[in-house]
Amino acid sequence: MPVFDLSTTPLRDLNSALHGLPAGANDTVFEVINPRGHHAVAVGIDAPVTVEIKGSVGYYCAGMNDGGNVTVHGSAGPGVAENMMSGSVVIEGDASQYAGATGRGGLLVIKGNAASRCGISMKGIDIVVHGNIGHMSAFMGQSGHLVVLGDAGDALGDSLYEAKLFVRGSVKSLGADCIEKELRPEHIEKLSELLELAGISDVRPEEFKRYGSARKLYNFNIDNADAY
Amino acid sequence: MSYHNPPTPPRKSATFDDQTLAEIRRAAATGIYDIRGGGTKRKVPHFDDLLFLGASISRYPLEGYREKCDTTVVLGSRFAKKPITLKTPITIAGMSFGALSGNAKEALGRGATLAGTSTTTGDGGMTDEERGHSQMLVYQYLPSRYGMNPKDLRRADAIEIVIGQGAKPGGGGMLLGQKISDRVANMRNLPKGIDQRSACRHPDWTGPDDLEIKIMELREITDWEKPIYVKVGGARPYYDTALAVKAGADVVVLDGMQGGTAATQDVFIENVGMPTLACIRPAVQALQDLGMHRKVQLIISGGIRSGADVAKALALGADAVAIGTAALVAIGDNDPRWEEEYQKLGTTAGAYDDWHEGKDPAGITTQDPELAARLDPVTAGRRLANYLKVMTLEAQTIARACGKNHLHNLEPEDLCALTMEAAAMAQVPLAGTSWYPGKGGF
Ligand SMILES: Cc1cc2nc3c(=O)[nH]c(=O)nc-3n(C[C@H](O)[C@H](O)[C@H](O)COP(=O)(O)O)c2cc1C
Repeated sequence: MPVFDLSTTPLRDLNSALHGLPAGANDTVFEVINPRGHHAVAVGIDAPVTVEIKGSVGYYCAGMNDGGNVTVHGSAGPGVAENMMSGSVVIEGDASQYAGATGRGGLLVIKGNAASRCGISMKGIDIVVHGNIGHMSAFMGQSGHLVVLGDAGDALGDSLYEAKLFVRGSVKSLGADCIEKELRPEHIEKLSELLELAGISDVRPEEFKRYGSARKLYNFNIDNADAY
Repeated sequence: MSYHNPPTPPRKSATFDDQTLAEIRRAAATGIYDIRGGGTKRKVPHFDDLLFLGASISRYPLEGYREKCDTTVVLGSRFAKKPITLKTPITIAGMSFGALSGNAKEALGRGATLAGTSTTTGDGGMTDEERGHSQMLVYQYLPSRYGMNPKDLRRADAIEIVIGQGAKPGGGGMLLGQKISDRVANMRNLPKGIDQRSACRHPDWTGPDDLEIKIMELREITDWEKPIYVKVGGARPYYDTALAVKAGADVVVLDGMQGGTAATQDVFIENVGMPTLACIRPAVQALQDLGMHRKVQLIISGGIRSGADVAKALALGADAVAIGTAALVAIGDNDPRWEEEYQKLGTTAGAYDDWHEGKDPAGITTQDPELAARLDPVTAGRRLANYLKVMTLEAQTIARACGKNHLHNLEPEDLCALTMEAAAMAQVPLAGTSWYPGKGGF
């Protein structure tokens, strides 16, 4: 198993090794030690590799991940798994702002809390947060699922499109055009699937409330101007 | 009529002119601000207010058609492993698929390729047509991140991080439901037929320090191969240029207020941002202060129409220019041949700007398959290539007359200004004097 010690090896070496994998390569499990808050660790993965990061990372860890399975054994800075296409990213600790921003696929699991704007502009990614999320989360969320076992901050789902939000705890306030919606059997099914994928067995999907778009801002109407 | 009571002709107010009155009535009737395409329509100081001096006893000219006047430009030489080389310093600006039809995007790619220059994607992502027909394609990285994906990032020749546009510095975008076809909706991961708003700020960074990390991330993802441009609207060109350089940009794209847009509020287009002419010198100054002039390239856009405009922008210190509106006109936008149809839409050729409605008779700013089919991408591409070649020849003609063997050797010293405003903005002397406002502390 290749081990990259970021206290002695340049980040470039790690990322180019991850990108340059020949088809059918044997070494597909990478370990990163001493990440020391480096930015852009394990970005642009485009093969089914496994990356175990032993420590905390800075901005944009696993950015644009397409097929990799990345675990951060620590906390992650802003924009973790931004624009993820597929694969999975697991954060054992907390995640800073914009976790999973604009993600188009794959699964992001945050075992601690996530700060503000978690899932901003999400476009298909699934995000499961064991703890709480900050304000303006899922702002302009287009599609995908955001599952929060704890509480959500202010203005959840502001200007939401078709992303589906599930919160088990309290929601401080809902953003413009975001409303509580009925939790139907298909949502319970999807929730069970996501909870299982995120390794959560002691929580029932029925404990969640669902939030989605009221779809009132979908086509401009001057009578809705106050909401803009 | 009598001697004691002579008639006076009716007098209209300069403040409340016909256009203003009509806009007040329109707002009162509809309750919605006016949205339109294009750039500012008001007259602002521009390249027309500058002239070249030409050669004289102290400056000898180069022979047209005989002596070489080079036009090549290399973009991205600062950090990118694969900088791009253009045969002409005139590039095609970013215009989205969604705002423009697939055929129009293809035509832009074809024309740019024939002329040896680059074209640019836009808000909405990269289409196969434009990638396939563009030898050099710049991929825009916008706040909306519509269609953004690492595969397209890797098949791009350069990446342009869009922070602002001259038509609307500080504004986001809006593609109205009428133009959201299945394909456009699919590329943007949104339902068909709804208004698609593009955010005004990037979702995962704010400020110059974050930008530096974002640029580093994009470089890591693409293995430091691609030139990274940063595009800003003409607001604070000195500081924006300096900050873009500090953040690690290879190229700064600076778009003045004449720059076109696909759809923005008229109040925004007409009242926010600085004229292109006023943006260039401060940006060049920032590059010079940092020792980065010519190392980080400067692309200027917003109202570029002719080889003279190109030569003037370059003389003021730009490395290249980008064109949007003029490229659309070259491929057939606002062409009088569709006058009858423009009339039906309540407008006239040359004034049609309701591009967001998707009813473009020329088939360019539309997603309607029937209208779009009116534009033949091969012929339109040829027209664009012709136009680009004419502009390049024009710029060379001027450069030779000024004795320059490369367009980049044009300099402010070759220019004079016709008005005080232009003299002040371009920092070149008022014609017939050796002075411009601000020079020598006056
Ligand atoms: C139809 C149209 C669509 C545009 N779409 C975009 C876009 O998606 N992204 C962007 O950065 N600029 C966009 N622009 C602005 C151009 O990139 C460019 O800044 C401007 O057109 C240059 O000014 P000019 O039109 O006077 O040449 C658009 C412009 C037009 C006319």
